Formats: sequence, structure tokens, C-alpha cells
Amino acid sequence: MIVSRLSRISLRTVALAYLGILVAVPIGLILARTFGDGFAAFWDQITTPAAISALSLSLLIVAIVVPVNVVFGVVTALALVRGRFRGRGIVQAIVDLPFAVSPIVVGVSLILLWGSSGWFGFLEDSGIKVIFALPGMVLATIFVTLPFVVREVEPVLHEIGEEQEQAAATLGASRWQTFWRITLPAIRWGLTYGVVLTIARSLGEFGAVIMVSSGIAGESQTLTLLVHSRYIDDHNTFGAYAASTLLMVLAIVALLLMTVLDRRRETE
Amino acid sequence: MAAPTTTAAPHQPAPARPAGARKIGRRAAGGIGPLGLGVATLWLSLIVLLPLAAVIVKSFDNGIGGFIDAIDAPAARAALLVTLSVSAVVALVNVVMGTLIAWVLVRDDFPGKSIVNALIDLPFALPTIVASIVLLSLYGPESPIGVHLNATRPALVIALLFVTLPFVVRSVQPVLIELDKEVEEAAASLGASNGLILRKIILPTLAPAILSGAGLAFTRAIGEYGSVVLIGGGIPRETEVASQYIQKQIEIDRFVNGAAVSVALLAIAFSVLFVLRIIGSRTARREEAAR
Repeated sequence: MIVSRLSRISLRTVALAYLGILVAVPIGLILARTFGDGFAAFWDQITTPAAISALSLSLLIVAIVVPVNVVFGVVTALALVRGRFRGRGIVQAIVDLPFAVSPIVVGVSLILLWGSSGWFGFLEDSGIKVIFALPGMVLATIFVTLPFVVREVEPVLHEIGEEQEQAAATLGASRWQTFWRITLPAIRWGLTYGVVLTIARSLGEFGAVIMVSSGIAGESQTLTLLVHSRYIDDHNTFGAYAASTLLMVLAIVALLLMTVLDRRRETE
Repeated sequence: MAAPTTTAAPHQPAPARPAGARKIGRRAAGGIGPLGLGVATLWLSLIVLLPLAAVIVKSFDNGIGGFIDAIDAPAARAALLVTLSVSAVVALVNVVMGTLIAWVLVRDDFPGKSIVNALIDLPFALPTIVASIVLLSLYGPESPIGVHLNATRPALVIALLFVTLPFVVRSVQPVLIELDKEVEEAAASLGASNGLILRKIILPTLAPAILSGAGLAFTRAIGEYGSVVLIGGGIPRETEVASQYIQKQIEIDRFVNGAAVSVALLAIAFSVLFVLRIIGSRTARREEAAR
């Protein structure tokens, strides 16, 4: 299709205007308002005790969720690629399920399973609090991030095939040796990509976490919950902007990392 | 079959293999034997399946009648209706604008194009609550341009357009890159107008990608919470979406109501994804046949 210069430029203008009013201008505005009073004002807002506690809780959740997802994600990916069993299609579908479930429904389902009146309510009776406590927030985050590692590692496993692993096994390597020396080095970039996606989503998850958190400032608020409560409860709009900007910076770092990883994977 | 000794012939049925080869095959799988499979299944069940099962069982606590009553309650019906209509609008806008943006990114060239291309991924990377704050700054009470959409349905549409921006663009882009320009040039040299080429060549090729992007955007939109919670206002029967309704029901301990609407959302999302999968496999088969 040969498009005239005029229509090409008008299409370009429409596209850029749409992206401008939807994405670029609002984000620019937040940045302008966050740093309008200088960097010190921003710094004050993200170093209040509540903000520091929120940041450390978010990082604590990431620190628990990432290793768990790496271990179980790699095991699941290996089972899906290398295993020959009935019902593989069903397992594949279950791995994708979290993408189709609303974050609020994730929260509700966890409450109905782990809450005091839920199926596992006996846990709370015996003193193990899951819902409205850290374990619930971790479970919610694992639910929404579960597909990432599996889905990033799976295609790499397909691609590298089994020959090298079989050769190692024939030469007498144990399962662990084969995994550490052959499989893991081969999947490392896919795994790293999955981990970056997991970190970004864990830091940013809101709906599922707010359902299962007690939401007390300085205690059980993550960064995203802090943004929400500053805007809604404290009417501290500037504080909400500042915390949003912090989250935005973290998200952009994740995005840049992914771009770098993409290039690295392509060259290999 | 020429190589009877091979251990890796893919079309050889597994039971026909010598016992030794099977053992090596299993050992080679990096420690994934029946144990690994068991661990994976148990893990998926505990994290994903059991919670979802708990919601479904809870929604039928008062029987099928109770389930229908919960969905049919005026406020629930209104919330579902708002959710579905707004999401449908969002999907349609994405069809048009997403395709247009993909076309501009593939066929047009201008300074700063790579930055624009990177901008598309930003809504996926940003936390949803940040999306809400970001949009409120331009369209909320402190709007510098005097647009106050706070707590209106257009605000819901804008918030959902923001979070679903990448779906259609990113599914159409690769297809458009692969699209053979020679076919278009041939059609043009035979005298076909641009409109005809668009209708007969470009759109039919892009249709599956556009549809799948729009379907994914729709399923994302019906479940969305974080990006609409601040800007939508959650006014019952006006701007309250299904996820907000569910959240309120759980807060006042009406678990059956919340669970029933949750199950309705799940059912809608799964049906859309199921249809997309069928369309996807049909397209794949047609491509295979064309090859």
C-alpha cells in the first residue's frame, strides 16, 4: 500500500496525540508535580517512617516470592517440557490461569481458602494467621506472578533440547550435576527475564494484596497500598505522587533491564 | 526406520524403547521424574486451583438459586453491566487505535520512533495504582487543562485504555512486519485502490492478531481494579465496576455475593480466552495448509 505523505503524517499525528494524552502527558505531569518543589521535598516524602516501612515490606515480599517462584517455576517448566504425561494440556492451562483472574478475585479466593471462615480456617485457630498478615500477601503475590518464570524458561528448554543433558547422563553425571552444569547455564537468561518480570509485578501488585492486608500504616502497607492510603485517607496528594514516582522509577529500571536482556538473548 | 539403536527417535512410541534408554531419558531431565511432576502439580493446586475452587464452592453455598439471586441483585447486575459495556468500548477503541499505532510504528519512520515504541510497554510495567494516580493528575480535580472526569464512566474508559494499551499494538506489530509488501505492490500495480488493498489484503491478514489483542484487552479490562479504584469513584450503579462490587461485598462479610460475582467474572474471562484459543489454532492450521 502506497500511502501519500499527507495521510502518513496525519496517521502519525493521530497515533502520537493518542499516546500523548493517554501516557506521555499524564506521566510528565506527575514527574513535574513530584519534583516541582525540588528533590528534597520528594526525598522527605519517601523517607517518612511509613514510607520506609512500606518499601521494606515490598522488598521483603519480593525477597520471599522470587526464590519460591524460581524453584517451583523451573521444576514446573522442566516437568512441562521434559515430562511425558497425560493431562499436560491441563497443566499448561493452569499455569496461564493467573493471567485471566482479576486481582480482586485472587484476594477473595485466598480469603475463602485461608481465612478464619475458609477451608483452612483451622490454621488461624491454631495461631497461624495467613489472611490480613504477611503470609497472605506473599500468597497473593505468588498467585499473580506464578506464570512468569515458567513461561520464560519453557521456550528455552524446548530450544536447547535434551541431547546435552543425555550426553552428561551417559557420561555418568548425577541429576544434580546435569542440572547445575548443563541445564541451568542454558536457561539463565530466560530465568533472569522471568525474575525481572516477577520483581516488577510483585512491587506493583495492588488489588490482590489490598484484599488480604490489614493495611496498617507503618506495619502492613506495601508501597502500592501506601500510594492508595495517602491519596484516599490522608489526602496527602503530594505524598501519593512522590510514592508513585518511586514505584515508576523502579518499573522503568525493570523495563530497561528487560530491554538489555532481550538484546543479550538475541545475540546468543 | 533406519536406526534401530537410536534413543531419541521422536516418532518411536515410548514403550517400544529398550529399558536402559528410558532410564537415561528420565535421568537426563535434570531431576524431573515423577517426583518433579508431583511437586509441580501440588504447587499449582495449592497456589492456584484450591483458592479458585474455594470461590466456586462458596458461590453455590445457597444452591444454584442462591447463585442466580446473588448475580441478579440490582447492584450486582449494574456493576457487571457497567464493567462489560465499558470493557467492550475499551476493546473497540483498542482495535482502531492499537492497529493504527502498530501501523505507524512499522510502516512510518520519524525521529524518536524507538522512544515511542518503548512508551507502549510502560503501561504494563507501571503498577495499576500508579496508573490511577497518573491519570488523575491530568483528568482529576487538579487538572491543569480543566478536564474533570473524576468518577465518570469516561474516566473508567481512559483508565482501562491506559492499562490495555500494549495488547493490540504488540500483537499486530509482528504480523505487520511479516506482511509481504510485494503482494500489496502487485495489487497496486494491477490498479487496486488503497481502500481495496486495505480491505482485501491487509485487514484479513491482521484480523486474527487484532482480535486476539482485543480479546486479551477485554479480559484484562473486566477484572481490572487498581487503575479504576481512584479515578472511577466507585459510585454504585454509575461507575462501580464488578471488582469494586466484589471487594465491598467481602468487606461486609457477604461472601456468597462476592464469590458469585467473582465466578461470573471468571466464567466470562475463560469463555473469551477459550474462543481466542480456538480462533488461534484455526489460524495456525490455515497457515500450515497454505505453506
